[in-house]
Amino acid sequence: MGDIAAFLAMGGYADFVWPAYGVALVVLTGLAADSWRRYRQSTVVLDRLQQRRRPRR
Amino acid sequence: MINWLANPSRFTRISARALPWCGWTAAAALCAGLFWSLVLAPPDYQQGDTVRIMFIHVPAAWMALNIYLFVAVASAVALVWRHPLAEVAARAAAPIGAAFTFVCLATGSLWGRPMWGTWWVWDARLTSVLILFFLYLGHIALVNAFDDPSRGGKAGSILALVGVVNLPIIKFSVDWWNTLHQSASVMRIGGPRIDISMLVPLLIMTAGFSLFFLALLMLRMRTVLNERKAGTLRLNAGVAPAPRPARERAMPAHPGRS
Repeated sequence: MGDIAAFLAMGGYADFVWPAYGVALVVLTGLAADSWRRYRQSTVVLDRLQQRRRPRR
Repeated sequence: MINWLANPSRFTRISARALPWCGWTAAAALCAGLFWSLVLAPPDYQQGDTVRIMFIHVPAAWMALNIYLFVAVASAVALVWRHPLAEVAARAAAPIGAAFTFVCLATGSLWGRPMWGTWWVWDARLTSVLILFFLYLGHIALVNAFDDPSRGGKAGSILALVGVVNLPIIKFSVDWWNTLHQSASVMRIGGPRIDISMLVPLLIMTAGFSLFFLALLMLRMRTVLNERKAGTLRLNAGVAPAPRPARERAMPAHPGRS
């Protein structure tokens, strides 16, 4: 337990080390999630358009 | 090689196979890198545990510079040879570069506070990286400012090329001017001046960030290509239905002829 507390304390610099890792995590995963969402959306739109174009009539 | 890759349908086929591979190896490298950075690497004898910020800050800074260089080269290729994918690549890469630049600035600030006693100084290194961030934002805004994507792409390409002068300024700012920022300790003539126990996690994080960039780049390029294809289909759909009624009107006349 003491080991984990010492790890989280980061030698007294917890207030700087953890936010730095937090910022990186939030920004990079946020960008990845947004890119993935936009990609899914673009494939859905494209599929719908291609289906509308081909088999109808 | 570039010519061979510049074919959009070939890119779509190759990236479909390369993307998952890049994504998963990036995740694996980043997990290993985080464990190494936070647990295995020793605290610095002067900076204590704040040195762990380096394992994010320095790779993010390298990514910020290299992605800008990538955007600039892609822009030059787009302007000179008009390769169809080059402009798409520049457009897709710029937001990733902006994200890494922001991470570099934010983590640098969080490192500067305990070590320098200040969140920010207006010295050459920090200011030139801030300018890099604004160049990225300007590129993103300009590329999306036109209805016609090719005009936006051209304007963005020119901005990206002009901004290249900032790269050597960033790189050598710590040598040319007095600054709180330390000078290069890895990418220097004479080899790295950093202990192997810190160099290893630094390089693993750099590899992780690079693979992450490649995966996101391919994902975002595929998104742009999808959106363009959808745009053309929509345009064609807007034009195509018009002649069809004419043909249908002509149809009843057809049996009468036989």
